[in-house]
Amino acid sequence: MDTNDLIVEKVIQAKHTCYHCGEECTDDVIRFDERDFCCDGCSTVYDLLKENDLCGYYNIDGAQGISLDKSYFQGKYDYLDLPEIAEKILEFTDGRLSRVNWLVPKMHCSSCIWLLEQLHRLNPAIRSSVVNFPEKRVRITYDSQLIRLSEIAALITKAGYEPYISLNDVEGKHIKKWNRTRLYKIGIAGFAFGNIMMLSFPEYFNLGRASSDQNLRQMFGFLNFGLSLPVFFYCAADFFKSAFSALKGKFINIDAPIALALTCIFAISLYQIISQTGPGYFDSLSGAVFFMLIGRFFQDKTYAGISFERDYKSYFPVAVSVLNNGIEIRKPITELNPEDHIIVRNEELIPADSVLLSPRAMIDYSFVSGEAEPLERKKGDTIYAGGKQTGPAIELNILRKVSQSHLTQLWNNDAFTKEKEDQNQTLAIRINKYFSMIVLMIASVTFLIWLFILKNPETAFRAFTTSLLVACPCALLLSSTFTNGNLLALFGKHRFYPKNAYAIERLSHIDTVVFDKTGTITQSNDADVEFVGKELSDGELVIIKTIAMQSSHPLSRMIVKKLTGTTASRRILADYAETGGAGIRANWGKRVIKLGSAGWVGLSVQNEGIHNASRVYISFDSEIRGYFIIKSKYRADLAETITALQNTGFQTYLLSGDKPTDKAILEPIFGNESHLLFEQKPEEKLLFIKNLQVEQNRNVLMVGDGLNDAGALRQSNVGLAISDDINNFSPSCDAIVEGKQLGKLPAYINLAKSGQQIIKFSFAISLLYNLFGLSFAVAGKLSPVFAAILMPVSSITIVAFTSLASNMAARKLIKN
Amino acid sequence: MSAIYIMIIASLFIAFSFLGAFVWSVKRGHYDDDYTPSVRILLDSEVEKVTQRATE
Repeated sequence: MDTNDLIVEKVIQAKHTCYHCGEECTDDVIRFDERDFCCDGCSTVYDLLKENDLCGYYNIDGAQGISLDKSYFQGKYDYLDLPEIAEKILEFTDGRLSRVNWLVPKMHCSSCIWLLEQLHRLNPAIRSSVVNFPEKRVRITYDSQLIRLSEIAALITKAGYEPYISLNDVEGKHIKKWNRTRLYKIGIAGFAFGNIMMLSFPEYFNLGRASSDQNLRQMFGFLNFGLSLPVFFYCAADFFKSAFSALKGKFINIDAPIALALTCIFAISLYQIISQTGPGYFDSLSGAVFFMLIGRFFQDKTYAGISFERDYKSYFPVAVSVLNNGIEIRKPITELNPEDHIIVRNEELIPADSVLLSPRAMIDYSFVSGEAEPLERKKGDTIYAGGKQTGPAIELNILRKVSQSHLTQLWNNDAFTKEKEDQNQTLAIRINKYFSMIVLMIASVTFLIWLFILKNPETAFRAFTTSLLVACPCALLLSSTFTNGNLLALFGKHRFYPKNAYAIERLSHIDTVVFDKTGTITQSNDADVEFVGKELSDGELVIIKTIAMQSSHPLSRMIVKKLTGTTASRRILADYAETGGAGIRANWGKRVIKLGSAGWVGLSVQNEGIHNASRVYISFDSEIRGYFIIKSKYRADLAETITALQNTGFQTYLLSGDKPTDKAILEPIFGNESHLLFEQKPEEKLLFIKNLQVEQNRNVLMVGDGLNDAGALRQSNVGLAISDDINNFSPSCDAIVEGKQLGKLPAYINLAKSGQQIIKFSFAISLLYNLFGLSFAVAGKLSPVFAAILMPVSSITIVAFTSLASNMAARKLIKN
Repeated sequence: MSAIYIMIIASLFIAFSFLGAFVWSVKRGHYDDDYTPSVRILLDSEVEKVTQRATE
């Protein structure tokens, strides 16, 4: 009995951890160079590093390596050498030296930075490589006469860091990057603010009244005016632009009153300088601009590495293998034409609607439809774009161009063309509208009273300006920008990434939560596997695992995963055969083992009955031993989360593209059968959300993951994408959350709500300041020094209050 | 009082040169990445240690 000997030897072995990636070796242990590795991918990367004397990699952060991606194959990046593609991907080239800036989503630790900056040691033709860790990018400069771009891509892929090159890069649509102009503006505004304040000191303390100092006063005035010019015309330009474009669209946004106040202050100060009636308020002007710019900067620069604007183009490969007279070449998918003959390998996405030429294919549509199980397709069937082949490579004949394929039609829906941010709706705007009106009224009434009743035009102008200045809505703007900026950072700390402040505000109004099923409330790549039947011996488990490992069918993989404790044998299987849609059969010594459907092992189909999970039957020498039940695994805290949401008054729905297999499990959780919808196409999901919004007037939060939810995410008030790897894939959405954090959803919504309260409260604080200042301004008694002190003090109070209050709210609401 | 004029000019000159230095550093990408350099500076010394150990 050689099987038994083998088992004894395997059982004694202790746990092994992979030297490269640090994970426990579950399937197989590969001994290489006296070290353990969990897979070939890891040992290959180690080999490459060792060869180049780069093992210092392991001394920095320990075993943190990334395994070589299984989908890599020789020639995968050949398309990068095509001149028309290289031209769009290269950042710079002079024919000799070239530079490329690639997104490498897999970098995660300081070892990664070290290795990616040592690329010149892997190949001397690479001159330098510089990592930008927050953006997860590496900029590689290389000698294009000595190395090709495809070779560099292959090299860093072999080191475990596959560059992410999407169709968007090739089409030249770069995601708008955070730019440096904002920094220039802050720098210049701060510079002007400081210098103007310094030059205004004599005015603050009422010095220099002697006639001999008049020239000096005048010069200081003109210097202040000169310094404020770049502030007004350059630094504050964004406020004017945004206010102007809002007025053109016939609504008032938050920038409109600011633009008005800035213009008034500037004009009055200019008048005072020229007429020599006063020093002007250039210090307050540049200070206000400076503080507001800092507030906006704080709000915007939260996460550079996360992209919220992904559509199908981000998911699709850049190139596919095309057979041309028997020769395989890589061709960009934008150039695919009907009748092209393509090859799609295991785990590769099918880019365009096409007809299957190979005898059989297993297509996983989970990405598009949300359906968990792969579908079998036979020769001659039409396969729609977005499916993934699981199993051996298949050949296809293209039917339609990529842009005309079934899947891409979804993006033509109206939901994708309109913007969600309705500027009239935000809290700050609503309050500001009344506020600006009242301030303008007070200022004008003051002006008229001083002018006509008290007959004092000098004080009338001064009172008018100072009222506008003191009551400037800047403080209001500060309260919302700083609160939201701080909330964005706090959410980010708890692994929830809203796109911007508007998304937080919309989140606070949510009353209905709609969940997608596959990948959202179930865990992708994980399942509950249970064996029912006569107990299997250790030896039999080894046999089952060894056989199941040969198959790439998802169910086989789930079984392999379940049998983690068992180590597979390395024995070569005789007569291994896989029959699509049925199961696998293999010989183990003299025994014939079958894994598969009931019919495959010889069980009469009537016995199968109706069940809500996949079953894999096992037979040894035609004796049926039982079956594995494979159920999709729900996220651990799903039930509590849904109950918590329902108890706080939210309506909850389930919207799945999958078959209603788990209805019985989900019904008690969601409580109402009519709230469970199955077999929904992407367009139907979008319509469902639209109906909730229009007919029932609900504010909908859609939680989804794949492309199939893209329409619904877009249509909803807040689209929340679930992603187990934040830097990987997520469809176009308003917020991204890590899968494990889904249980905190009620807490996130509550934090967004208290954020709105904090904004209202800080409005109240700044109103108090304003009333205080206004009472002096209306009386015409506001001295420049008082204005100069009051303005920064009120700003600092607001900033301190909002950050303190939001930190406290986050600590109270979100518990780890 | 004329000393004041010279002082003002001198102070503005210094202030402008600092502003110029700031603009220059932004232009050179000084503020593009505020995290990686802090890691990189620690890594370099680490590498030397490794190579030393290797040559020993």
